[in-house]
Amino acid sequence: MLSQIRPAIVMIGLFTALTGLVYPLAITGVAQLAMPTQANGSLIEGDGTVIGSTLIGQNFVSDRYFHGRPSATTAPDPADPSKTTDAPYNASNSMGSNLGPTSKKLVDRVNAAIEAEFAAGRIDVVAADAVTTSASGLDPHISPQFALAQASAVAKARNLSEMQVRALVEANTEGRVLGVIGEPRVNVLLLNMALDRLK
Amino acid sequence: MSHKVAAPGLFDAGIIKRAAVDAFKKLDPRRLARNPVIFVTEIVSAVVTVFFVRDLVAQNGVAYFSGQIAAWLWFTVLFANFAEAVAEGRGKAQADALRKTRTDTHAKRLIDRQNRSGMTDVYEGVSALDLRLGDVVLVEAGDLIPGDGEVIEGVASINESAITGESAPVIREAGGDRSAVTGGTTVLSDWVKVKITAAPGSTFIDRMIALVEGAQRQKTPNEIALSILLSGLTIIFLIVCVTLWPLAIYSGTTLSITVLIALLVCLIPTTIGGLLSAIGIAGMDRLIRFNVIATSGRAVEAAGDVDTLLLDKTGTVTFGNRMADEFIPVQGVSERAFVDAALLASLADETPEGRSIVALAKSVLGSSTPTLGPEAQIVPFSAHTRISGVDLPGQTLRKGAVDAVTAQVKSVPVDFERAVERISRAGGTPLAVSENGRLLGVIHLKDIIKPDIKSRFAALRAMGIKTVMVTGDNPITAAAIAGEAGVDDFIAQAKPEDKLAYIRREQQGGRLIAMCGDGTNDAPALAQADVGVAMQTGTQAAREAGNMVDLDSDPTKLIEIVAIGKQLLMTRGSLTTFSIANDVAKYFAIIPALFVVAYPELEAINVMKLASPQSAILSAVIFNALIIIALIPLALKGVPYRPVGAAALLRRNLLIYGLGGLIAPFVGIKIIDLAVSAIHLA
Amino acid sequence: MTSIGLAQIAIVLIAVVVAAIPLGGYIARVLAGERTLLSPAFSPVERAFYKFSGVDPAREQSWLTYTMAMLAFSVIGFISLYALQRLQAYLPLNPQGFGGVPADLAFNTSISFVTNTNWQNYGGETTMSHLTQMLGLTVHNFVSAATGLAMAFALVRGFSRAESPTVGNFWVDLTRATLYVLLPMSVVVALVLIALGVPQTLQGSIEATTLEGAKQAIAIGPMASQEAIKELGTNGGGFFNANSAHPFESPNAFSNMLEIWALLVVPLALAFAFGRAVLDHRQGRAIAITMMIVLVAGALVAYWAEANGNPLLTAIGVDPSPGNMEGKEVRFGVATSALFATATTGTSCGAVNSMHDSFMPLGGLVPLFNMLMGSIAPGGVGAGLYGFLVLAIIAVFVAGLMVGRTPEYLGKKIEAREMKLAMLAVLIYPLTVLGFTAISVMLETGLASLNNAGPHGLSEILYAFASTTDNNGSAFAGLTGNTLWYNTTLGVAMLLGRFAYVIPVLAIAGSFAAKKKTAASVGTFPTHGPLFIGLLIGVIIILYLLQYFPALALGPIVEHFALFAGKTF
Repeated sequence: MLSQIRPAIVMIGLFTALTGLVYPLAITGVAQLAMPTQANGSLIEGDGTVIGSTLIGQNFVSDRYFHGRPSATTAPDPADPSKTTDAPYNASNSMGSNLGPTSKKLVDRVNAAIEAEFAAGRIDVVAADAVTTSASGLDPHISPQFALAQASAVAKARNLSEMQVRALVEANTEGRVLGVIGEPRVNVLLLNMALDRLK
Repeated sequence: MSHKVAAPGLFDAGIIKRAAVDAFKKLDPRRLARNPVIFVTEIVSAVVTVFFVRDLVAQNGVAYFSGQIAAWLWFTVLFANFAEAVAEGRGKAQADALRKTRTDTHAKRLIDRQNRSGMTDVYEGVSALDLRLGDVVLVEAGDLIPGDGEVIEGVASINESAITGESAPVIREAGGDRSAVTGGTTVLSDWVKVKITAAPGSTFIDRMIALVEGAQRQKTPNEIALSILLSGLTIIFLIVCVTLWPLAIYSGTTLSITVLIALLVCLIPTTIGGLLSAIGIAGMDRLIRFNVIATSGRAVEAAGDVDTLLLDKTGTVTFGNRMADEFIPVQGVSERAFVDAALLASLADETPEGRSIVALAKSVLGSSTPTLGPEAQIVPFSAHTRISGVDLPGQTLRKGAVDAVTAQVKSVPVDFERAVERISRAGGTPLAVSENGRLLGVIHLKDIIKPDIKSRFAALRAMGIKTVMVTGDNPITAAAIAGEAGVDDFIAQAKPEDKLAYIRREQQGGRLIAMCGDGTNDAPALAQADVGVAMQTGTQAAREAGNMVDLDSDPTKLIEIVAIGKQLLMTRGSLTTFSIANDVAKYFAIIPALFVVAYPELEAINVMKLASPQSAILSAVIFNALIIIALIPLALKGVPYRPVGAAALLRRNLLIYGLGGLIAPFVGIKIIDLAVSAIHLA
Repeated sequence: MTSIGLAQIAIVLIAVVVAAIPLGGYIARVLAGERTLLSPAFSPVERAFYKFSGVDPAREQSWLTYTMAMLAFSVIGFISLYALQRLQAYLPLNPQGFGGVPADLAFNTSISFVTNTNWQNYGGETTMSHLTQMLGLTVHNFVSAATGLAMAFALVRGFSRAESPTVGNFWVDLTRATLYVLLPMSVVVALVLIALGVPQTLQGSIEATTLEGAKQAIAIGPMASQEAIKELGTNGGGFFNANSAHPFESPNAFSNMLEIWALLVVPLALAFAFGRAVLDHRQGRAIAITMMIVLVAGALVAYWAEANGNPLLTAIGVDPSPGNMEGKEVRFGVATSALFATATTGTSCGAVNSMHDSFMPLGGLVPLFNMLMGSIAPGGVGAGLYGFLVLAIIAVFVAGLMVGRTPEYLGKKIEAREMKLAMLAVLIYPLTVLGFTAISVMLETGLASLNNAGPHGLSEILYAFASTTDNNGSAFAGLTGNTLWYNTTLGVAMLLGRFAYVIPVLAIAGSFAAKKKTAASVGTFPTHGPLFIGLLIGVIIILYLLQYFPALALGPIVEHFALFAGKTF
């Protein structure tokens, strides 16, 4: 084994240089030159400030905006760093709820969400994505079904006609490529930005 | 095939009785340790027995259940022991008969075998057990030969039925390939001086006794590999059962050790573990009943792997002698006249060829066959002229090798030459017949292929085994016979070193070779071959070199030997598959039973709808024990082998033992459960 | 289940098979030392590697030396990675200013990456500096996969050679696998991923002001380069905690499909490479078909289980038609999420695009059972092939006897020595998985980490040890693994799962290489037709079902029945 130590050390060094430095830096260089938008996170800027990324969901609480899916992300509790506190759409700490299908917590949480939805008077059957947390907690999309279910409430809050808002939702709905690849979805941030432009 | 040692019935009462007793003797843990699966079963049986006693004393109401479990676990061990004992018992019956030949043999040991004193045949009477290597003994008519040895002087006819079962006497003489004699056989006539070549206790008979008894049975390589697999599975299931206890606690169930052990025994491969050694013993036993002694179990396994069979032409492919097959008269001679002449020329010829000409001629001529009158003058065959014949009044008939006969005639017709050429090309021997110096025609003598041999070679080919014919004939003759018999290859004008070279070449190509031989010059090839079958009539050197001895000296037996080897391996594989496949059903019986209190939902996987948790566990354990008994006949008889390709065999065995192994316990456990709950055992 | 969902699954798998066949031929040529298309570009680099490290590429090694070289490389790799994590606070490229990684977590993570497991007890964006991600994790993503490839080829040489004392040279295999296979493929996949939206920057975080005026700190970094090798090397360690569910790691359906393709293609190609190396394409094809059947069956079961939605939620008014969406992303949907879960555990990748912990009981049973089977459909890079061959050896041993010959596989007799080694390797799994699970459920510290109660809690622990032993790295992520107990025991499980498994395998390689090759005939056990494929599948399923049925019955199986009985825990 001793005779293999030297090659082991040298090889680790060489591979570190090649695959740890040359490879990522070369890729970074090419990406920054050729595809800077994607390479820097598909950011949306407005008035010189970064509004967000088209790829990362944001936490919408106002009833003037379409809401994204529930998010299970957390952040360190400012009061006690050893604990965490709910922080939806924390893009520095992606995570899902990891609640199992028979989890009482899950059923209670969904039940509460549904009751809130019913209280808001929005729906008869709840869209699945409306009451379930996404895997990353940063899902930028919702289903067209969930978006349409929110249309009348948003229209009311903004004094728009429901028809107008529904049309906007449909305009912002992405379908499947070739009818197969992908799922029908609405990017909440882009929809809300379009909503803001709708004056 | 002359004779088979009478096989005791599968369930001969005597053997069963002895085996039942032996099954208990084998409970000795020191002996059981050789068999890890059953050893583990025995240990846990003891543990459950302790729990049973505790339950009895504590009167906690489960003693009735744990007592039954303990009993059936012990039965599992006993049944496995019983299987082995039955297999051994069948050999022991034979061994006892053999042992009788060994006791009380007196030997006449020559005192001065260098004969320096000038006195011949001065001997002293000693017990056979006192003989040493190199001693020379005198054996006379009526004596038992006291030990294995080699005839150094004299010639005698010997009855070897004690070991071969063949009652026809054989001739043994000094020098040559028929000099070996075996202790325990009887000299019928004349006398021989025998140099002892095996020390007492290691003679052929001793080895045979040890083999049939299975006393010194070594595990064979494949058996060891399989044991490792079974031990590995046993360890895995131990882990499964031990860890199940905490997992059950997490799930709100405290399992009793008794049911965990019941689960363990159901899962570990007790079926194949219990039958494995019985299968091996039975395989050897089958070989012995074919009158073949293998010097190691390894050879039996190797027989199953044989890719190439080297077969001697004479005696295997063809009958020993050439026979008349056809009469071809020359133009202008009627067939009737020619056959008449050939018959007359051969009536006095007592060689097998001559007799075959007579037989063929008689069948051609029907009832009106000529006979020789007293005036006939017989001209016997001489090696010098290579011609024989008969002189009748006005008729000089000659018969012999073509060149010898044609040298004596005036003209050789063209059609005669053509016929001779055709016969030679076909591998036959032409015999010319002349009358008064005129060629009448030619008799076609040919090797007669044994009638069933072609289909047997076809069967071998289907098994993937290549057959190679070894012959001293020239290549043309060899090719013709090879083609007719359907062998795949041949070695013509074979010298012993050719055989050896052929074997080495095949082995280089990754093939396993079997061959048989009898002469001393066969010994190197026998030793080189993976399976070398020496003929009992062969020399001591040949018998030492081979790893099997055929007591009948029948070279066609190689084919049976291969089949027996394959059968042994197939039986092991099939029962292992069956044993493992069985476990699936046992899970479906036991797992819901264990956890039904904590998780009533698990009742959904109680697909057999067993009556109660206790009856489910008990039924699985009973099934597990009884299946060993049920499979003993199969283990002893072996899974039937058919000469078809590997793919067809696999499909068939997988269906029967794989799929059958999955399904059978579902049915079996259900039936036992019905019985158990009907008579309120649980 | 919808036809669109099935079509999505089919498209990915067809693309994998189409690419794997030529790739297999290429990999076989690379590891046979032949010249390839890329030789002009890489052979100077290759020669420099040998020169600097003092390796004579022409000198082959016995299995023992080969093993020693592999171990030396892994130990040095472990030490350097451990040191890098502990010292990252003092090193450059740490834009977020993370401190050193705690000792037990660094121990766990180092083992995790050296063994190609990439189990993440850390959240990438909250723990690791860019330097650690690049110099540590990315490097090991390459070399641990290349090590797997090398070991698989050592075993392949055991079959393809006869009477040979050597099984190849570890350093050569390692170097060639990295230079000619993993690196060029990663470059291509990384660039495509960037085009699809995966970021590649040295920035650490972006401060955004949302439409509602709140602040959102978006973690970012050089992730496309790592993402590519994460899938291609079946590593699975994500840049982010949420792994490929994170929209940056996989922004859309195309990146999702590309990642599934990338994690399946090399392992499947190895089956074809095996066929080429043993000069019998049918052998490789049979293995590939077997792997694909197990994979497809798993994907269909998982998709079926997920597609019907959670009946407990349906009962209170949730629309079941999109399926079980808890822990899944809208852009992926349930079909490709189920496929990803099956593929990532059928290989030893462990990347996830959805949270397995929130799968339906039977949906979660599929990835769990995949890993308990040792991830052999089609398996990790290298690890899949050698794991599969060990199972084939056992299957051939039992079934081979049934054709009346002592068992042989590809002309190599399977005898006591090989059986001993194969059983030794196989034993490691139940011993570590069931052993550690059993101890964990008895300990308070083990149970304190649970995120779910009842049978699902048991599944979480079982899944963790299955994943680490299998060197997979995916998780029922509710379990808090970053504790002293789990950091340590999961680390040990990873070590045993990799090295205690592979050392016997390399010994088998040596023993087979030294053996003669027996000739095949119609009497030889056929190892290429549909019969053999059926047999292999049967043996694999039964062998593993028997080992884990009790544990699974108390986990996902009882949970399934409880779920449909309306029970919660």
